[in-house]
Amino acid sequence: MGKETNFEENMKQLEQIAKELETGDLDLDTSVKKFEEGMKISKECSDILEKAEKKITMLINDNGELKEENFVQEEE
Amino acid sequence: MKYDPVSVTDLNKYIKEKIANDEALNNVLVKGEISNFKNHYTGHLYFTLKDENSLIKCIMFKSSAVNLKFMPKDGMKVLVFGTVSVFERDGVYQIYCKAMQEDGMGSLYTAYEELKAKLDKEGLFKVEHKKKIPVMPKCIGVLTSNTGSVIRDIINVSTRRNPNVYIKLLPVPVQGEGAAIKIVDAIKTMNDKKLADVIIVARGGGSLEDLWPFNEEIVARAIYESELPVISAVGHETDFTIADFVADLRAPTPSAAAELAVPNISDVMLKLNSYNNRYKLALKKKIEVMKLRYEKCMNSRVFKEPLQKIQEKYILIDMQIKSIQNSITNLYKDKKNYAINMIAKLDALSPLKTLTRGYSIVGLNGKVIKSVKQLQKDDEVDIRFYDGTAKAKLI
Repeated sequence: MGKETNFEENMKQLEQIAKELETGDLDLDTSVKKFEEGMKISKECSDILEKAEKKITMLINDNGELKEENFVQEEE
Repeated sequence: MKYDPVSVTDLNKYIKEKIANDEALNNVLVKGEISNFKNHYTGHLYFTLKDENSLIKCIMFKSSAVNLKFMPKDGMKVLVFGTVSVFERDGVYQIYCKAMQEDGMGSLYTAYEELKAKLDKEGLFKVEHKKKIPVMPKCIGVLTSNTGSVIRDIINVSTRRNPNVYIKLLPVPVQGEGAAIKIVDAIKTMNDKKLADVIIVARGGGSLEDLWPFNEEIVARAIYESELPVISAVGHETDFTIADFVADLRAPTPSAAAELAVPNISDVMLKLNSYNNRYKLALKKKIEVMKLRYEKCMNSRVFKEPLQKIQEKYILIDMQIKSIQNSITNLYKDKKNYAINMIAKLDALSPLKTLTRGYSIVGLNGKVIKSVKQLQKDDEVDIRFYDGTAKAKLI
């Protein structure tokens, strides 16, 4: 769950960086630093999305223990 | 004082925005009696909702009206769910109804109303208790039946939005005796083991009796106490259960719940890309501005003709030297003239000049004789003429 808050904060940070860069008030050094930071965060975010794996499971109570099994939909 | 009036349009627009920003007015459930009911040929319903003391205009668009399970008529007591907004042209506020139910549907309905009032009073529906639905949940827990269209719809919509979605289904019965307690247990299980980042509690449409588990107090309280955010999607768009009121977010249908829980990954990717582009553009612009500034600097006269300033100074020095020279020459000329003048004067006064006119000077032993008494017989004197000296002897 930590990852997910990260993602949201990262998105906010990306927006913040974009705004800062777009006002053009920063000096060149800071601009370049912000640019690199933004690119890094953006990469992290897309990595999270790309590395996710599709999983559709069903939790089954097996004598008081929860088991996670692949969920296969019944044909109707 | 200067008056600064606003236009009627601006005023109405302002009021409309004020009302639109009010959370409470975005989702209102209002009870009243229908009057002035008009079923317009376009399919939109126009009517007034009133009680003993007051009335409010209502409109229900065709898109919502088609879901009605009954045809409203004047005098009917109803519950209306919708949004209060301003019709700017006429400057009137009205309820834009999304759903409507007949009021007074017997004991189940009374029980529903009583429980709702009780929980509302306790503050279970308060906005400040509503948890935020995570933007990018890693895992979505779904509590519903493992058969039927609900789970299928949720899986379809979810995978369409995020091909790599992670869904955990915890199957529960969604109607009948004992369903409520199973739903409660499932919510607790999800919470105890933090099995997901967000929970969807879903059920398809049905009668008030069918939906009843979701109107039970234990379910409402379990949802309220859930630390994981809960999205409710029970019945059709027109059905409002207690679970819907207490959930952190109400979805009109199970598919809509999936849309609310699962971010559209292509949108997110697009957004990420747009940031990358914005950064690149901003940096490029920054560099262009810097370059322009540099070029402007290099184009300034100092850099273009660095010797110019020095040359200007040289000219000044030359001018100074010339002026000094001039003053020296002038001084010399003045002095020379003065000298010439003086010499002329001196010349005029010189005794030698007098001699040219025929006078002569008599000297004796180098002394000028001014008086005859100075002379004696046989003195040898010198007589000086303008052009020479002659000796003479006195007799």
